Amino acid sequence: MSATRELSRRGFLRMGAAAGGLVFTLQLLPFGQRSAAAAAEAAAAVLPGLSPNLFVELQRDGGVIITCHRSEMGQQTRTSMAQLVADELEADWARVVVRQAPGDPKYGDQNTDGSKSVRLNFTRLRQAGASVRQLLHLAAADTWQVPVAECSSELGVVYHRASGRQLGYGELVDRAAALPLPEPASATLKTRDQWRYIGKAVASVDLDDVLHGTARFGMDVQLPGMLVAVIARPPVVFGRVKSLDDKAARATPGVVDVIQLDPPSPPVAFKALGGVAVIADNTWTALQARGKLEIDWLDGDNGDYDSGQFMESMVATVGKPGTVVRAQGDVDRALAGATKTVEAVYRAPHLAHATMEPPAATAVVTAASAEVWACTQNPQAARSSVAEALGLKPEQVVVHVTLLGGGFGRKSKQDFVVEAALLARATGKPVKVVWSREDDIQHDYYHTISAQYLKAGLDAEGKTIGWLQRTVFPSIGSTFNAGQVSPLDFELGMGAQDNPFAIDNLRIEKGEAKAYTRIGWLRSVINILHTFSAQSFACELAQAAGADPKDYLLQLIGPARTVELPDLPVKYANYGAAQAEYPIDTGRLRHVIETVAERSDWNRKRKQGRALGIAAHRSFLSYVATVVEVEVKADGSWIIPSVHTVIDAGTVVNTDHVTAQCEGGTVFGVSCAIGAISFREGRAQQSNFHDYRVARMSQAPRMIDVHIVPSSAPPAGVGEPPTPPVAPALCNAIQVATGKRIRDLPVPLRL
Amino acid sequence: MKLNVNGESHQFDGDPAMPILWFVRDMLGFTGTKFGCGMALCGACTVHVDGAAVRACTTPVSFAENKRITTIEGLAKGDELHPLQKAWQQHNVPQCGYCQSGQIMQAAALLAKNASPADDEIVSAMSGNICRCGTYTRIHAAIKTAAEELS
Ligand code: FES
Ligand code: FES
Repeated sequence: MSATRELSRRGFLRMGAAAGGLVFTLQLLPFGQRSAAAAAEAAAAVLPGLSPNLFVELQRDGGVIITCHRSEMGQQTRTSMAQLVADELEADWARVVVRQAPGDPKYGDQNTDGSKSVRLNFTRLRQAGASVRQLLHLAAADTWQVPVAECSSELGVVYHRASGRQLGYGELVDRAAALPLPEPASATLKTRDQWRYIGKAVASVDLDDVLHGTARFGMDVQLPGMLVAVIARPPVVFGRVKSLDDKAARATPGVVDVIQLDPPSPPVAFKALGGVAVIADNTWTALQARGKLEIDWLDGDNGDYDSGQFMESMVATVGKPGTVVRAQGDVDRALAGATKTVEAVYRAPHLAHATMEPPAATAVVTAASAEVWACTQNPQAARSSVAEALGLKPEQVVVHVTLLGGGFGRKSKQDFVVEAALLARATGKPVKVVWSREDDIQHDYYHTISAQYLKAGLDAEGKTIGWLQRTVFPSIGSTFNAGQVSPLDFELGMGAQDNPFAIDNLRIEKGEAKAYTRIGWLRSVINILHTFSAQSFACELAQAAGADPKDYLLQLIGPARTVELPDLPVKYANYGAAQAEYPIDTGRLRHVIETVAERSDWNRKRKQGRALGIAAHRSFLSYVATVVEVEVKADGSWIIPSVHTVIDAGTVVNTDHVTAQCEGGTVFGVSCAIGAISFREGRAQQSNFHDYRVARMSQAPRMIDVHIVPSSAPPAGVGEPPTPPVAPALCNAIQVATGKRIRDLPVPLRL
Repeated sequence: MKLNVNGESHQFDGDPAMPILWFVRDMLGFTGTKFGCGMALCGACTVHVDGAAVRACTTPVSFAENKRITTIEGLAKGDELHPLQKAWQQHNVPQCGYCQSGQIMQAAALLAKNASPADDEIVSAMSGNICRCGTYTRIHAAIKTAAEELS
């Protein structure tokens, strides 16, 4: 820790010597303390070390700078990416500093969503580290004139044991610079038992900055001469300004300009929403002056969106046959011949991301260049979106990635970055665009609204012999293709098509639904609604069969096997991974359920008012089972005394951060169960945390027990899979405690 | 007016209605204090005024005239971390970190008043502070650890 702070100070002292081209980067936070990352950047600019590849810079003083090309939003990717490199490099962790990469295709995929940072980089980054280690061995062998095979290394030092000689990595920089980097793909990687950092609970590299308030988020960017913009956006998507009176706003001391932005043309994609921007010399003035704008809006085609009515139209749609996306056996015959049938409609509302840090971006634009600082999950998309909006080439745009105060998919969308670029061009000054919480809640790329119809048939023994599911929701595709009214393949593969149940007669259908607002992806995406319906319904079937919900869930899943999904009418996406490498393995799904039942002491009778609910789901190639304990009080209020959750994510890089993601993903799941965004006259009806509910400490589980299944399977997703089982497990628990089955979200805080 | 922030005195001649949040962030560069809601609903902006936790987003600078404002940057005594900062380290509390300054400042004010809070007292004192990353169980545990350390 103290090393990081020391580096901050060193960096601070060296600021003055910074090279001209980096002037903006280095003058960030002109008043406050520098973050460790900014300090590393500064130190490197003064005394460049050796960068044998994109990810490693060896400093002459023995320090190692590791570049993280994925965005940090709390999942500790900066730490885990560095662990992968540092382990194979045999770097001394105390001498490692992480630098954040700008958006550039040379780094490969930087789109930080889909829970895939580790999966995509697990081998690649280890090879990057291992090949540099190999290079250092070659440099040492060259220095000592010994065979390279006699060189070994440990914690930043290369040894020649036979002669007792040693050289630190920093001392080998010049010699290494003269040698070619060995081919990364042929570098020898460590065996698992040799891992020093991978699989360990290494603390976050940003912890110290966070605790001191010096961590730099998108909101915290400050440039010399910078102006702050807040924007009054059309309350309805594709709305526009009809008339504007900005006299009072302009008359406010500190206001520099009022600028109208053009509304986007469909599809909305990552374009700026348009509206009226107030530019001032500080945030408070900009916010105040925006309140003085008098604007009449033209709402356009989305102006009559009413989410309550829309829900009923979707319920009507799921009542009718849809388009088949998976079918096996003869469902109609099975249902007709069943001893008992059960059917249910589940409704789930729009949700907002409500990242703790609202979107914010800062830009400087000249005729032939743009430089941007943003809390973006996808810096390459930010780069191309800014380039497109400004008529520049992507190579003319530099996108620096700050820390993200939460992402959850919101900051994958680049509208706020484009706004900053447009306003920086219009003013000719550095401009930071600040979103207020109201802006965030009312202009989100919302999690979709949905209706699901499920029907099942049970035989005389209570076994489910037929399963019909119809799913209807406006697709994320509508954001990028205005005419899209049907789910995309990947959406159907999130908990519908990939149903793991061993039911002979099974049919999944989709229906159509048009989008009237911006639809986006929110942590775990369509799994949220599909898991809510399917895992609630599984519990309803257990009750219809008079069986224990956990036992019945295992019975539905059936024996350990690989679920093959050949020849589907719509291809199964499997999160972009090959099914050969990442099959749907019901053995692993069964195992997390059995383990969570054991850890939660599932069969123990709970005291009056308390009950357990269970749900399990495979998403992002990981398996999670969750037991929620609910306590319902006499007045109908409820709390969650405990949650037990078990994850099998294959190989994990950082056990503590996986645990933290399971805890956080669980709380996020509670928020998904109790939150709702509704629309009337095309306008989001909620605006801030008083009416858009997210879990506070009082609603969050008092205790969360996380178990990570030890595994050497290929690494799978972690950030999202803990979320989907929570809402159904909670509703299943509430049903047991109260007899009340909740099929319409949100769950009221008083039952 | 004169405003004392983290032990240093600053002259401010702007709008006395400006919330402390924007004064410390925009004027002084103490960006550790965060903007989360602007309506005293989330606690991200929590600072101390004469040792008591206030929501800086809705508290005007005029309120702090002749009082001491402490932000997260001023919580540690030099290199000596506040016991809560140490406990936060020990429990690896932060995820994205954005809410954490406010959480720590809120918890510090709680412990200053109540050195060994009961579980429910922690929940009620901290329920005004949202953590969208869901670090609540660790926040709770870290406050317990710091309380033990202090007593
Ligand atoms: S920003 Fe002040 S309480 Fe939310
Ligand atoms: S750590 Fe991200 S909001 Fe609390």
